[in-house]
Amino acid sequence: MLDRIIEILPELNVAFYETLIMVGIGLLVALIIGLPVGILLFVTERGLFWQNRVAKTILGVIVNLIRSIPFIILLVFLLPFTDFLVGTTTGAIAASVSLSVAAIPFYARIVESAAREIDKGVIEAAIAVGASPWLIIKDIILPETKPGLISGLTITAISLIGYSAMAGTIGGGGIGDLAIRYGYYRYDDTVMFTTVIVLIVLVQFIQYLGDFIAKTVNKR
Amino acid sequence: MIVIKELSKIYKAKTGHVIGVDKVNLEVHKGEIYGIVGYSGAGKSSLIRCMNILERPTSGKVIVDGVDLLRLSPKGLRKARQSMGMIFQGFYLASAKTVFDNVAFALKAAGIPTEKRKKRVLELLKLVGLADKAEQYPAQLSGGQKQRVSIARALANNPKVLLCDEATSALDPSTTKSILALLKKINHELGITIVLITHEMEVVKEICDRCAVMQDGKIIEQGATYEIFSNPKEDLTKQFIDTVLNFDLPKQLLEQCKGMILQLQFRGDLASDPIVSDMLQAHKVSANILHGKVEYIKEKPLGIFIMELLGDLDEMERARRYVEERLQQVEVIQHAR
Ligand SMILES: Nc1ncnc2c1ncn2[C@@H]1O[C@H](COP(=O)(O)OP(=O)(O)O)[C@@H](O)[C@H]1O
Ligand SMILES: [Mg+2]
Repeated sequence: MLDRIIEILPELNVAFYETLIMVGIGLLVALIIGLPVGILLFVTERGLFWQNRVAKTILGVIVNLIRSIPFIILLVFLLPFTDFLVGTTTGAIAASVSLSVAAIPFYARIVESAAREIDKGVIEAAIAVGASPWLIIKDIILPETKPGLISGLTITAISLIGYSAMAGTIGGGGIGDLAIRYGYYRYDDTVMFTTVIVLIVLVQFIQYLGDFIAKTVNKR
Repeated sequence: MIVIKELSKIYKAKTGHVIGVDKVNLEVHKGEIYGIVGYSGAGKSSLIRCMNILERPTSGKVIVDGVDLLRLSPKGLRKARQSMGMIFQGFYLASAKTVFDNVAFALKAAGIPTEKRKKRVLELLKLVGLADKAEQYPAQLSGGQKQRVSIARALANNPKVLLCDEATSALDPSTTKSILALLKKINHELGITIVLITHEMEVVKEICDRCAVMQDGKIIEQGATYEIFSNPKEDLTKQFIDTVLNFDLPKQLLEQCKGMILQLQFRGDLASDPIVSDMLQAHKVSANILHGKVEYIKEKPLGIFIMELLGDLDEMERARRYVEERLQQVEVIQHAR
């Protein structure tokens, strides 16, 4: 059994690396697009400084739409878009496209609900000293939600690991892909177990790291 | 300093319209401490929040230092708010920021460059007595200390006005006293006009030059605090005054008394006049002091005495009229039997 593991190690290495790429890109896009979308969902809410029902409704519907599509279907649905964007539909980079699309609304909702935890009075006090909306977002809302933003990233990362395994089924690469190819198609239990253990360790590690950082930045 | 004209605030709720403020007219003079008192739901918060347009009035005018706030652009309004500090019952400090950064935020909002912020923040923390807490987080402070930080933040940009929304209502009595003393000092030394709302008449008694009583969105009575205390007109005002001045005599005592029980109120300028002894000398009555105390309203004494008069019925009546002519407030608590 050990021999088999050593034999598979180079491939496992590549798969692990691919998983990291997929999850990493997904997280990055979640941060770059999902975070602003989440903040926008929050500040367009009733009673807040950019209160805007139309914007909030449109944004909310789009977010819900994407979130309600099962990932495996989103994956297939986005194949033409992926092809257009990166010129291929297989491999880790291609899989990252649909992972990113899924990660944006997922993280946006987490950001929105984290921001809702802020006492409205704190935002009001900032308005009362004459701060601009932009300064309030940058200096009050973001720092105040930091612990929530970080644990939200943790949750998103772990979900993306799960999604990336699905992406593997249609040739996306990564640990999931490896598990399917050997474990499912060739009944190779050793590879199957090894990949499962690697995934468990990865998830545990991310959870631990996320919790640790969230706790360190929490001043409440 | 602040002129409120025909101001109304109507909230749209699912169950219809809720009136927060109902056609209020009000003027707060430069350099004074103005109190607005009323029960919960009277519209005090709505009114004070309209003063810096945290709440946009449905109709009416808000003029602060000659500027009509409702005609300002968003940017102009932000600028105007920098000259009006505000503090709240819930303090509302940013929990992720240190004490220093919470105060510095107000300066940042006003576009003060980083180098200049430090000196000003330390100055402010010294003013509120928290110079040693600069690097702490709000979670590490007591309620009174948090309110001091929020006062420092409100004063950061040298405002002309400080608005206080139930600033002491979440604090214990001794902390309340120390915060009130700080507000008094700010008013006195920096000349900042203060508007404060509260449901505690004790607070008004302690620091307000003038005050108003609010009920159902309307101001039902207003005037100099001493006048309001010594000569309230409305029932609600009397109720509020009673929370500070009232002393209920034990029922048993009232039952035992055979004579006429009078409550006399002495205003500061009269307190030393020997009205009672003159009355006793001029009439064939004797007197029992049942209760007495002197309250200081904004440092002016207001004395209240309850006494039982004994003697001939007509003579007692003449004695009562004698004091009534000389004192503004004489009340018969119980007639002679
Ligand atoms: N944002 C709001 N939406 C709807 N009704 C409100 C709102 N704020 C206050 N009110 C209503 O306005 C009235 C006055 O409230 P408020 O100004 O908070 O009174 P106070 O500060 O004297 O307790 C109350 O009936 C309250 O329910
Ligand atoms: Mg209130």
